[in-house]
Amino acid sequence: MIFMAKEKNSESARKNQGLPVGAVVLEPGSAKKYHTGAWRTYRPVLDSTKCIKCGNCWKVCPDAAIKRTSEGIFYIDYTYCKGCLLCLTECGAKAIVKEVEEK
Amino acid sequence: MKKIEESSIAVAIGAKLARVQVCPMYPITPSTHIQEQIAEFINNGELEAELINVESEHSALSACIGAAAAGSRAFTATSSQGFALMFEVLPITSGLRLPIVMAVANRSLSAPINIWNDHSDAVSARDQGWIQLYVESGQEALDATIQAFKIAEDKKVQLPVMVNLDGFSLTHVFEEIDIPEEKQVDSFLPAYKPEHFLDIKNPKTFGPIAFPDSFMEFKKMQQEAMLESLEIIKKTNSDFAKKFGRSYGNGLIELYRMNDAKFAVIAMGTACGTARVVVDELRAKGKKVGLIKLRCLRPMPVKDLQNATKNLKALAVIDRHVSLGFEGPLFSDLKSIAKENLKIIDFIAGLGGRDVSMKHIHRVFEEIQKAKPKGSWLL
Repeated sequence: MIFMAKEKNSESARKNQGLPVGAVVLEPGSAKKYHTGAWRTYRPVLDSTKCIKCGNCWKVCPDAAIKRTSEGIFYIDYTYCKGCLLCLTECGAKAIVKEVEEK
Repeated sequence: MKKIEESSIAVAIGAKLARVQVCPMYPITPSTHIQEQIAEFINNGELEAELINVESEHSALSACIGAAAAGSRAFTATSSQGFALMFEVLPITSGLRLPIVMAVANRSLSAPINIWNDHSDAVSARDQGWIQLYVESGQEALDATIQAFKIAEDKKVQLPVMVNLDGFSLTHVFEEIDIPEEKQVDSFLPAYKPEHFLDIKNPKTFGPIAFPDSFMEFKKMQQEAMLESLEIIKKTNSDFAKKFGRSYGNGLIELYRMNDAKFAVIAMGTACGTARVVVDELRAKGKKVGLIKLRCLRPMPVKDLQNATKNLKALAVIDRHVSLGFEGPLFSDLKSIAKENLKIIDFIAGLGGRDVSMKHIHRVFEEIQKAKPKGSWLL
């Protein structure tokens, strides 16, 4: 359930499992607890030897699932990557390929 | 202060007295005078509010959502096709539990295109979680606008409210209006202070997805709030009466000469004014007739209507909208509420600005006093 923080001050909320009135998410940054990586059909795979570090994939990723090490090496965080493959489409260096997700 | 004023202007004065803060507006006949007057109040410095010139009614209500989520008192007005364009945003407003108030100058829906009054716009949106009030006079339009904020913002309610007034047959009518004192309105309706609002110091998310594991609970909460609002609407009406000396029935329905009535008409909006005169005429002839004015269509005041109709022999329902392929929606509602042996008869009237005349109401009363009354369209 996305509504992890419970509403305490409202009678209506208390009667309904502490769900907040109006479905307001009370906790900032709670999307982090939500592991969208489970949705993936295709898995983008980044070959860091071909990567020219332009940062295109990092900019277009709708889930902020492209990350960077302290040395500036880009990598994909599969906990959040939904497999939309925008990164693959936008990669000018063709450093990203797709593989069928096997679970 | 008493003044001769147009009902549209009365609504704008109500909004001004309620100290609305954000008014996203898109004009449409016959609600335009409301928007124009709000703009005028802001322009001449009488009202400190943000007027947003939006590109459509869909945007008008969407901007209201943003404003209310940020913690301000938001108000808009619309009519007919504009209302229809807003439709997508109506359940979002109520689902987010934002206490937005909207004046609706009731007008028919196209086609054929027609700019005059019936209730087809608002009544067809009765299931979208908005509290719907229908007013009869300019004074009531002003008072209901102030009351609407009080109801909407109540902690037990937190729902949007529509103030419905008949297009042209009320919006463009001049009458004497008693304008309440600012200070009195301020003490009746204090500043809006929501528990949760968009605040960078205390971030929250409005409008997230709810999966099948919680969606029904949210709808149930809305239903509970709607039902609880029945009492709040009544209380607001009586509190208003204490402060301003005016009340509208019990806030939900108003009974006119219903004490010993055997035959009655139920209607919403300006048709009630006409029906009152007919009831007086028939009463003068010794007929036991009365009028039920339904002020609040949603939530449905079930108990009040059951009480009001329990001693009746027959009840005529005046519907200014028809659920095409079935019957008048108010008629459907009444059939499901009233006791089994009550004769309820449906009259479709006043579509697209056709007058609901005294002659019509006389015909209605004649018909329902027959042994086997029949419903009809009052053409």
